[in-house]
This record gives sequence, structure tokens and C-alpha cells, in this order.
Amino acid sequence: MKLKTLTALVATTAICAPMAFAADMADEMTIVSWGGAYSKSQLKAYHEPYMEKTGVKIINDESSAEAVAKLRAMNEAGNVTWDVVDVVASDALRLCDEGLAMEIDPDEHLAAAPDGTSAEDDFGDMLVGDCFIPQIVYSTTFGYRTDLVGDTPPDDICDVFDLEAYPGKRSLEKRAINNMEWALLCDGVAKEDVYDVLGTEEGQEKALAKLDTIKDSVIWWSAGADTPQLLADGEVVMGSTYNGRLFSVIEEQNQPVAMLWDAQVFDLDGWIIPTGLSPERQARALDYIMFATDTQRLADQAKYISYGPARASSAPLVGQHAELGIDMAPHMPTDPNNAKNTFLYNYEFWADYRDDIEAKFQAWLAK
Amino acid sequence: MSDATQDGPVLAADGTPLKRSLARALRMQKLRALALIAPLLLFVLLTFIAPIADMLFRSVENQIVSATMPATVRELSDWDGTTGNPPGEEVFKALYFDLFLAAEAKEHTKLGTRLNYEKTGVSSLFRSSGRKLDDLGKDYQKAFKKIDKQLDEGEFWYTMMTGSGPASDALVTARKARFGDMTDESTKADIGFAPSQAITDLLPLTALAYTDFAVFTAIADGDTVAEEDPWEAVYVALAEDLATADVAAYTGPGADVLQAAQAGLDTIPVTSYTAFFEDIDKDWLDPEVWETVKMYSPKYTNGYFLNAVDLQKSPDGIEPRPENQQIYMKLFKRTMFMSLVITGSCILLGYPVAWILANLPMRTANLLMILVLLPFWTSLLVRTSAWKVMLQQQGVINDVLVWLGLVADDARLVMINNQFGTIVAMTHILLPFMILPLYSVMQTIPPTYLRAAKSLGATNWTAFWRVYFPQSVPGIGAGSILVFILSIGYYITPEIVGGTTGTFISNRIAYHISSSLNWGLAAALGTILLGVVLLLYYVYDKIVGIDNVKLG
Amino acid sequence: MADVSSDGAFVEFERVQKSYDGENLVVKDLNLALPKGEFLTMLGPSGSGKTTCLMMLAGFETATHGDIRLDGVSINNIPPHKRGIGMVFQNYALFPHMTVAENLSFPLEVRKMGKSEREEKVKRALDMVQMGAFGGRRPAQMSGGQQQRIALARALVFEAELVLMDEPLGALDKQLREHMQFEIKRIADNLGITVVYVTHDQTEALTMSDRVAVFDDGRIQQLAPPDKLYEEPENSFVAQFIGENNTLEGTVKEIANGKALVELDDGELIDCKPINVSKPGERTRVSIRPERVEYNKERLQEGVHTLKAEVMEFIYMGDIFRTRLKVAGNDEFVIKTRNAPDVERLTPGQQIEIGWLPEDCRALDA
Repeated sequence: MKLKTLTALVATTAICAPMAFAADMADEMTIVSWGGAYSKSQLKAYHEPYMEKTGVKIINDESSAEAVAKLRAMNEAGNVTWDVVDVVASDALRLCDEGLAMEIDPDEHLAAAPDGTSAEDDFGDMLVGDCFIPQIVYSTTFGYRTDLVGDTPPDDICDVFDLEAYPGKRSLEKRAINNMEWALLCDGVAKEDVYDVLGTEEGQEKALAKLDTIKDSVIWWSAGADTPQLLADGEVVMGSTYNGRLFSVIEEQNQPVAMLWDAQVFDLDGWIIPTGLSPERQARALDYIMFATDTQRLADQAKYISYGPARASSAPLVGQHAELGIDMAPHMPTDPNNAKNTFLYNYEFWADYRDDIEAKFQAWLAK
Repeated sequence: MSDATQDGPVLAADGTPLKRSLARALRMQKLRALALIAPLLLFVLLTFIAPIADMLFRSVENQIVSATMPATVRELSDWDGTTGNPPGEEVFKALYFDLFLAAEAKEHTKLGTRLNYEKTGVSSLFRSSGRKLDDLGKDYQKAFKKIDKQLDEGEFWYTMMTGSGPASDALVTARKARFGDMTDESTKADIGFAPSQAITDLLPLTALAYTDFAVFTAIADGDTVAEEDPWEAVYVALAEDLATADVAAYTGPGADVLQAAQAGLDTIPVTSYTAFFEDIDKDWLDPEVWETVKMYSPKYTNGYFLNAVDLQKSPDGIEPRPENQQIYMKLFKRTMFMSLVITGSCILLGYPVAWILANLPMRTANLLMILVLLPFWTSLLVRTSAWKVMLQQQGVINDVLVWLGLVADDARLVMINNQFGTIVAMTHILLPFMILPLYSVMQTIPPTYLRAAKSLGATNWTAFWRVYFPQSVPGIGAGSILVFILSIGYYITPEIVGGTTGTFISNRIAYHISSSLNWGLAAALGTILLGVVLLLYYVYDKIVGIDNVKLG
Repeated sequence: MADVSSDGAFVEFERVQKSYDGENLVVKDLNLALPKGEFLTMLGPSGSGKTTCLMMLAGFETATHGDIRLDGVSINNIPPHKRGIGMVFQNYALFPHMTVAENLSFPLEVRKMGKSEREEKVKRALDMVQMGAFGGRRPAQMSGGQQQRIALARALVFEAELVLMDEPLGALDKQLREHMQFEIKRIADNLGITVVYVTHDQTEALTMSDRVAVFDDGRIQQLAPPDKLYEEPENSFVAQFIGENNTLEGTVKEIANGKALVELDDGELIDCKPINVSKPGERTRVSIRPERVEYNKERLQEGVHTLKAEVMEFIYMGDIFRTRLKVAGNDEFVIKTRNAPDVERLTPGQQIEIGWLPEDCRALDA
């Protein structure tokens, strides 16, 4: 393993890779992403410059929500039509475990930072799994209606569980992940113990019991657009969703909504390359990823959407929103002011416990 | 006439028996007809029958355990889980070699994912173990290298293992088959290596491990076996073999090296497999993990089906799942119940509409029919979202009720994200499927029947109930079957407006298909759903008669 | 023969009008009275208003104006199911989901009759139409004629005194139709029920009815027994509509002694019986039945006017000869003669003279 990495490193520094391989790369590729504002930000920041630079035709597919199942089906059918797929880290881990995503060595296939820091160091902890190249850090956090919460707006995650101080409906995602952690946190479990507790039967009971206290006041969402809509309609006083969605409710639609960053859960979104591609397509996909995840490109994406770049070296380059002209840095989940109390999605834990806890959670929901 | 009176078979004009002549003519016709529908038949087979067959198969298929760890499964069959002790060294030894090959082929994580559905934590157990398997062999490799440098060279290994004399093709074939079972890859290609019979007899485990390495190198990596350094597992095997092998009697290539290695065996740090795995993760000694592996080692399992009806396998046989995990029976019942309610409300709303349509002049009826069909022309999501806007607490209906003073502002009705919302939205969406068959059946009922009934002394109600209604029953039957079957399979609308009490079993199926990737469970749930539909269809046929269903 | 006077009439239409659209009258001022036990046929072309009249009587249509009485009681506001009128429909309207016995039992059930009584009556009704063995069958398993009998039995089973029949034999073939005409008439006579029968088939009307009401343009053109209707049509519509008829157009020259002298348009003169003409100078349409035309000079009366005719076509029809002539510019003039040994067979092109008894030649409205 280590030896291979070393030789590869030598190879990349020695040869100007894109030039040498250009003749052997496919000139058309299908990139799968989430659609909406997110795809638009990728189009502006990555696709357009890449197409301009190489002349490659990029076809957009908006199937990321079903990417795992579709990739598995494609793989079984022996006909993988996607070249690069944008997935969340937990899905990337699944795909990697299932052998549906190829392993990518960051130092071999990714560009180093402008100051020479290797890609592996520049991405640091964000590199989870062997197949996943992170792009952005997003967070799942709460937004609340400023006009419906009285004089003391919520500033603590546990305010979500406080029906007396903040009566009204809340929206939570219809799944166990994140909700269980928040419930334990507000049930007095220390942050560093959350996953140890959640790994036990009693801990799971405990979390569900805490959620039980607000169950009747919860509207459960399954699409990211639900909470922004529920907040805008005044159906809920607070609700969890992705921070970028809340940004657009607050800054673009000017709704009376504010962010509750406390105990936001960081998650990563990024690229994988499916296994089973022809060598030409694989070379093209790798070339695209090297381009799209370099320091400048990641910083560029933040002009269009309020998600933090996954590279440390990109953070200082984050500028202003392309249309609104406001500074994006304060809206990044990674901004120090917002990131006082954060969680990082525990991929290992959830890979093991997801089926089990999810089954219990759904049984609890159906009760 | 005269033909019919003569004795013997009737003959056609050319003298062949008429029967044969007719049969030939008919056969030609049939063949031509078959040829015409052949593409369609093929299409139906491929797109309709095949996926269902595939689904049925997936719900019991479980080859992954025995295909990924065949030796382990074999060794494990002797283990008695009820003792509360982990299995013995032999099992861990088999596990090491099975898992090593699986990890090289990246199959161990698939197995981990599969077993994680049954036992939480197995997924990471397999994933992390896969990364650490190399560690055991590394120490052996170093020690062997110290004894003789050649033992670190791929070329030497190749020569030594190829040996002299007759080759053991049987071993190669067996290991190819085992590799093919695990990866579904074609193993027809020649791997350019076969161990000699002599070396196979002398070093059985090494030959096996090296052949695995050779098969993988040649087939999966497409490399030349002789040029690659052997896996760490091969050194582990060599150490194992040398402990007992009678190397002195061996004369093949590399015999001297082997003798030296055997002589230097005491320099090698021998670790037990059990200890090695315990070192990687204590969970390997957990009998429950092994119980799970053993329980799911057969090629076919009823585990998915048991799970789908809230049961589970246990060492003591089949038992109900813990109460906090029981969900599917509840959802099945709820799906049935809500589908019936939806079908019922479709009948209640659709019947009068169809009646009006059938009794209006053609022009007006066609215009109204467009209104009925309008929902078909708008996106399902748009329609469902429109209901959200209508029914939510700050929605149109509540606003109107509050404005009218019928409902207090702080007691707005909850009409969405529950069963009510699901029933309303789905009734709206499925209503045309009830109206259309009803309408086309009602159109064929002449108005004179009602007149006749009235002239015979029946009141309007009696005339309707005794004469008109029975004749419209086939339409109700067809509409109900359509609506019911469509609604038990629906998942988008319940997902959007169902909240927690309005979701269907299909939502769980969708979850297992696209999120948890537990396709076996999804297939089992789907199969049960299919079975329930067929059963209801059968019951319907027995009670009402399926020839009483008319779509027009 | 039944009593035709208005008093004690069983069924009575008085000044009944019907309009569907508020602009046109489908039925214009209908006055009609039926005594008990009469078999009355409403005959007319389609759109003449006869079926509307029947439906008003049955209660499926309401009269726009006027009064319909049944047994002296106005039934305008009585719903159909309380009128107790039996009805046979053109397409039989047998309930397809019931057996024959259930169909027959239906009117008895809605009258809350006991089971044994029902069975008894159903059996009797089936026997009456000679369908006793068919009680367990479904309508779809029977022929048209059998269904017709069942429909009849169903209309009679609850002992309605008035039975309406709306072209009940329209769907049957000729032979069966003739048989059923006889059958219906026989049953109606046996039971002594009153029947209002609607048809557009004049043979049916003539053979079955006690009286026939000829409808056209929303009015009864003539109400009379069949023989009178045929022999003494009161206007040229009835003359044309009932049976075969020859028409000659002309102007009345003089009327005297119950005879009218008519000058045809080509100047020839003929003698007629004045029916709808009153004074000389009126235009008229003269009607002569084909079988009343004589061309054998020996059989013609002395002194009657005769017309020149040219034979256009001779058709041999077995029992009769049908000869088409050209008379006074009309080349559709038909005469019928019995096939008898002493009858001359005419040949096309032959010039003959034709004549008739003045009583047989009716001068009607123009």
C-alpha cells in the first residue's frame, strides 16, 4: 500500500498528467448531482470552466438522492452510465463497501494546495473512506421564525425540546440520524459520550424517550425543501434542515427566519467514481475530479451556495455571493462564530448502527 | 354430404385425411400469429415476468455468506453456539484465509453489510478487519526473508510452487471456482500457473493460498503470476505447513530453501489465529457474531421473510422481534386498512360522478370527463403539494374556517401529515381510476331498465338499488381492484403527506431499496405484498367472480 | 265494441300538450279517451309524438299542459311506480342480472307480496305465455321471441289493468312478429285488459287493434277502427299512411248529390266522394285504393268517368298482379288485381281505360 502511494506520487509530480493522458480520455461525461441550487453552483464553479478548458461535454443528471440504489442496479446490469457521482459521505462509504465506487488515492489523483501542502493533508480529516473525495462541508441545523419565538430567541439546541418556552410545531427529519444525537445531548449526555450511549439499547431507549416528549409537536420531513417551506408558511416555529437551504430562505427570500447554529451536525458531500468504467472514462473522471477539487474551484463554489469548502486552503479564498454581493464567510457552517458547538457525522458508528437504530426509530414513529 | 356417409376418415380434396389437413392449416395460422406477437411476448417476459421472478429470488437468496467464506462456513458447521464459547482455532484459521482473499477482492465489506442487517456492528468488524489482515503475515514474511532472501521473491515462489512432475490441476480448478463464486467473475482464463502434485501434497495450505493468490493476480488484476510477490497469507500458510511437513524427503525446486526454512522455524513468532482476530477486534470472540454467521450460512434463507413479518431467527428457532423493532405487520395492516378506506371513498365519490357523466348528453359528458382526467395531466408531486397548501394548519381550508369563525385560531385543525391527509390526497389522485371503469360500465346500462323497474312499481330507490346498482357492480369491481392495488403500492403521496401515521408499507420498501440497500428485505416485503394482492384477487374471484369485472 | 264516450272512459287525455324546449310542441292538443278493455294502437311515423304520449301516460314524461286521467283520476302528479300500469319496452328491458322468475317476481316483491303467492303468480304468468319451463334462465340465454314473451308476462304479472307497449315487436323477424301479434292480442282479449300499443307498422296496427290513432305532427289525424281507417281515410295523410294508395291532384268543379266532380290537372274529369272539400274551386287530392280500380270495361258502371292509362310495368306476385300505370301524368299509379282465370294480364305499353265507383274515390284535402 504505502509503496504504491509513493511510486504514484513520484509519477504525478514527474509527469504533467492531464497533457499526457488527454488523448486517452473520453470527451463526454455524465455527472450526477442533487439538482436545484446546488447543481447550479457546481455548474458555475466546476462544469463551465472545465468544459471551457477541455472541450469535454458534461451531461448533468440529478439523481443523487437515489444514487446508491441506481449505481447498484447499474452495476448488476453491467452497464454503468455515470462517470462522476456527487453523494454524501455516508453513501460514499456504502458504495465503497459494496465495491460500487473505486478507491481514489488523494495524493495521486488530487491537486496539491497552492502552497504545496499535499492534498491528503489539505483535506485532512475530511477524507473519510477510501473512495470519497469531499467537496463541501454542510451542516444540518435549525432555523426558527423570528416572529414566532417571543422576545428570547432560541440559542440552544435543547430549546427544540422545550415546548413550554417555545410552543408550536417543529420539523425534524424523518430518520434517526442527528435526531438521536440531539435528543441524548438534551437529555444530559455529555457530547463526547453520545455515541457510546447511543450504541447501547438503553441509550437508544433514552433518546427515543426524549423525542417522545415532543413527538406530538413534530412534523417529520423527508425532503430538504420541506422545512424552508414549513418555516415560510408559518407551519412550524423551528425546524432542522441543511444550512444552505436556510441561507436561501433568510438571504434570498427575506423570510423572518434566523439560524440556530448550536449543535449543528457537519456532514460532507463529495465525489465518487463508479467502478466498472472503461479506462478512457475513468481517466476522464479522475481528471475532472482533480480539476474540480483544487483549492480555487472549491472556494469558487461558495460564491453560489453557503456551504464550506472541504479544503483548509480554500477557506481564505471564500469571497462574496455572486448575485447578492454579501460576504459568504459568516454564512459558512465552518465559520468560527457558527461552529462553537458542532458535531461531525459519525460515519463509522452509523454504518454499523443505522439499520438497527433506524428500524427502532421507524417502529417508534409508527407507534 | 357424401363424404360424411363413407366409411373411414373424411378426406380432403387431395386425399389427405381432412383432420390432418385442418390441423396443418390451423398450425400455420397459429405459428404466424405467434410470430406476430413474439416481440410483444418477449417484451412482457423481459420487462414484467423477469423482474418479478428476480424479486422473488432475491427475497430468499443468501449465497453471499457461503460464497465469501466457504471454508469458514464448513468449519463452523461443527461448532455448537449454545455453549456460549467462541468457535475453535480451526474456524479462525479458515476465517483468516477466506477473509484474506475476500479482502483482496473487496468482497468482505459486502458480506459485512449483509450480516450487519442481522447483527449490528458486523459491518465495521469486517471493514476494519480487512485492513489489518496483512499484519499477521508481515512478521512471518520478515522472518522467512531473514532465513533466505529468495523467499521474498515472486519469481522464486513461482518456480518453487510450480515444482516438477505432474501438476495438480484439480486444485487450480477448485480455487478458480471458489473465486468465481465469490466475485461472479468469469474464471475461464488460463492463469499460467499450476502447483505440482508433489508440492501440493507436501505443503497443502501453502499451495492453496498461493493458488488463490495466482488466480486473483491473473484474473482480477490481469498480471503475470511469476512477476508478483505473494500475499502475506502465503507466508502464514507456509509457516503452518512447515511445522508438520516432511521436507527432507522433498526433492523438487527450492527443496533446500524449504529445508532451511523448516530448520529456522523457531525464529518465527507464531501467533494463534484466534488471538490475532481477538487483537483486531474483541467482537470476533463474541459467540453471537458467529451464531449470526452460522444462521445465515445456507445458500437460501427465510430470514428476510421472517424479518418482513416481525419475526427473527434465533438459536432457539423462530421468535418474535423485540417489540421496539416490530413495524412491518403494523404497516401491512395499516396499508390494507387505508387502501380499503381509500377504495371506499373513491366509490362514494366516484359513483355519483360516473352516474352524472353517463346520463349527460355526450357533449357535456365529454367536457366533464376532461375535468375528471385533469389530475392525470398534472404532476403527481404538484397535486400532492397542492393538498399540502390546502390542508396544512396555516393552509387555505383552515384559513377559511378561522375566517368563518368555525374554528378558533389557536385550535386549527390538523388535516395533513396524518392518515386523513393521506386518504384525502390519495382519493383525489386515484379517483379517475374509479370513475373511468364505472362510467364505461354505466354507459352500457340503458335507461329503460330504470323505467321498466318504475313501471313495475319500484320506487326510485328500489329501482336504483335492485336494478341499476347490480348492473354497475362490475364497474365498481374493476374500479376497486384498480384503486386498491394502486394504493397499496403507493409511496410518494404517503411520504409527502402521510406524516408518521399515514405511511404505507411501500415507504419502507422504498427505504430499503434506496437507502438501506437491504434489497433482500425489500424483496421479501414486496413478495408478501404481491401475495396479499393475489390472495385478495382470489377471494374477490370466489365472492364476486372475476368475470364480473368490466372495464367497459 | 268499446264505449267511446268521454264519460266512464278508462284512460283519458284532455287537451294534452308537450314541449321539450319551450318553443316547439311535440304533442299538440291531444284529446283521447279509451274505454276499459280496448286495444288502442298509436300509429305514426317517427317523431309524430306517439311515443311521447305513451311516456306521458306511463309517467316518464310530464305533460306541459292538460290532464291525463286514469279511471277518472288525474295522474299528472302521480309518480310512475304508483300508477300501476304495466309496460313492455321495445328492447324488453328484462333485468339481465335476474333470472326470468326473479324478473317476474320483481313487481310482486316491491308490492310486498308473500313468497308463496309470488311463486304462484309467476308460475301462472309464465304458463300464460307458454314459458313455464324457463323460470330459472337468464334473459341472455333466451331468444328474442322468448324474451318478448317474458317481458309481456312481467307486465301482466301484477295484474295491471292497463298495459302499455312501446313497439314491442320491433326487434323480431317477420314470421315471429306475426305470431306474436296474434299471441298478444289473444292474451289481451283473454284477460280483458286495456292496451295502448305504439307502433310504426301499419299492418300490426290494423291486425291487432280495436281502434287505431294515427299520429302525425303531434296530432291525432284520425281515430277509428282499422276497417274504417283503411276504407274511409279522413285526410290525405291517413290515406297515404295506411295501406297502398293512389293520389291524383285536381280542382273541384262541382259538388252535387253527395258526389264531387273533380277536374284533374290535365283537364280530365272524374267522380269522387267529397270528404274534405266543400265548394267548387278548391284544390283537392283524390285518393283511390289500388284494388278498387277497374279496367275491365264490362265491369265498369254506366256513365262513370274513365281515364286513359298506359301500362308501365306488370308485376306478377302470385295471388295478385300489381300493375303500374301512367295516369294523368302520374306514372306511380298502381292497380292490384286478383289472379283469376278471367283476369287479363296487361303488358307494358298497352293503352287501357280505367275507372272506379265514385264511393271508392275520395276527394281529400290538398
